[in-house]
Amino acid sequence: MHVEKLLTASDLIREFKFDNPDPTTAIEAARPLPLWRKIWEIDAVRKLFLLAVMALVWQLYAIKLGNTLVLPSFTVTVQAFFNALKSGELIARSAVTLKVLSMGYIGGVTAAAVLSIFAIGSRLGSDLLDTLTSMFNVLPAIALLPLALLWFGLGTPSILFVLIYAVLWPMALNTLAGFSSISPTLKLVGRNYGLGGLRYVFLILIPAAFPSIVTGLKVSWAFAWRTLIAAELVFGVSSGSGGLGWFIYERKNQLETADVFAGLFTVIVIGILFENVVFRPLERNTVYRWGMRS
Amino acid sequence: MSIASIDSAAEENKAILSVEDVTLEYRTRRHLVTAILHASFNLFAGDRLVLLGPSGCGKSSLLKAVAGHLRPTSGRIMLNGKPIRSAGPDRVMVFQEFDQLLPWKTVLGNVAFALTASGNMKRKEAELAATHYLHKVGLNGFLHAYPHTLSGGMKQRVAIARCLSMRPEIILMDEPFAALDALTRQKMQDQLLELWRDIGFSLLFVTHSISEALLLGNRILLVSPHPGQIRAEVTVDPNVLGREGDSGFREIAERIHNTLFRDIADYSI
Repeated sequence: MHVEKLLTASDLIREFKFDNPDPTTAIEAARPLPLWRKIWEIDAVRKLFLLAVMALVWQLYAIKLGNTLVLPSFTVTVQAFFNALKSGELIARSAVTLKVLSMGYIGGVTAAAVLSIFAIGSRLGSDLLDTLTSMFNVLPAIALLPLALLWFGLGTPSILFVLIYAVLWPMALNTLAGFSSISPTLKLVGRNYGLGGLRYVFLILIPAAFPSIVTGLKVSWAFAWRTLIAAELVFGVSSGSGGLGWFIYERKNQLETADVFAGLFTVIVIGILFENVVFRPLERNTVYRWGMRS
Repeated sequence: MSIASIDSAAEENKAILSVEDVTLEYRTRRHLVTAILHASFNLFAGDRLVLLGPSGCGKSSLLKAVAGHLRPTSGRIMLNGKPIRSAGPDRVMVFQEFDQLLPWKTVLGNVAFALTASGNMKRKEAELAATHYLHKVGLNGFLHAYPHTLSGGMKQRVAIARCLSMRPEIILMDEPFAALDALTRQKMQDQLLELWRDIGFSLLFVTHSISEALLLGNRILLVSPHPGQIRAEVTVDPNVLGREGDSGFREIAERIHNTLFRDIADYSI
């Protein structure tokens, strides 16, 4: 009979059986890693390990060289650093540097914001900013220091001028790049809400361009920091106490090489501190949380 | 004045949206392209009007013009008797793209922000309304999730909840389900019809899919390309149509296809 040969759905579906042990008593599918593996998985541990290796190489080479004037050993440098820290000099010098730095940074970022907002308003404005950034982005800020000294004299105003210049262009460049890469759909959505003018800029454009804005903040922070230390190396004579750069220059003149290293070390430490205390959390709470960067 | 003109005037008064002899042009670096040529139609309260045509026929441009993002070269578009001059929250658009949600706001924040930004609603009130509409699209479990953690279908549901909550005169949809997988698309189409029966809104829907147009619309305008012109209007009668796959459905779909592609032999959807 042909009827008996007709297949039913249950003939066509074949389920597989697994002889897995009872899930309530079985070992879990995920097993813990061994302890040393767990520790090695921590970023900070791996990085500290690398730093320790580098310090060791430094120490061994310095001992072999045996010339403290040219290359003080790692331990001597650390000692000099803590001595300068204890005497309060390093902190005072850092404070002077950071004060000027923050003034210049805030000034530069504000100027960049004003320029960028002007630039997104009109095509001519964006052409202007585009031309200006391509002109000045390649011109190092420190090259303007002689001119600044001529205009503003020895002292903080000259440094501020150079600092604002150093911050302005990378910041404006990144902000503008951020604005121009916003998805057209998002812009239409903002318009659809009936937003216009500054409300549109602050509620839609700036958050939408935030990944690039954060990059701009970081890049221009590094620019500002480098420019300031370089400018302080050139002069600090008249500005009384002077900053970190001047500290380094002074100690070099006194042939205190370990102190020079301690000064450089401080520059690095403050840089890393800012990266971890300011920019990392800022990124984690904004662009990473929003899934705009991963 | 003849009786006929009085009649048509009365009918025009009932229309929420009237597009009158609209021509749309846009400029590329080398050409002035005509996207839509002399288009006229009315949309009445509660309509689900579909603009159906192949890609590049200008139907999306027409939708953008109604939204106020594009200005007609000639003709005019009237919303409740007033000409449309700019984009506004009385015509809310739902896009095909998943990035139409603000990535820096949660699901709830996205909908509530639309209400506070577009109207004068206070935050508390806006969040209450937002929760209500998100519940309607079945997203009450995801109020505090950020858009990038959602699937494509869920993102589109947020966009739909957002536009419903703004209570616009017309909802404008530009192929909102085109980027979804087939199963999700079907679910979303059903849900949209359900919401329409539940809330009752006026919809202008753009699609290039004949079956989607027949499924969602009560009237369909067929737009042919180069330049975009409205070739025919189809009134969708569910009794004649039947379900997808029925002979009535297939026959109408084929006739729509022939009307759209009469002049373009080698064009396929």
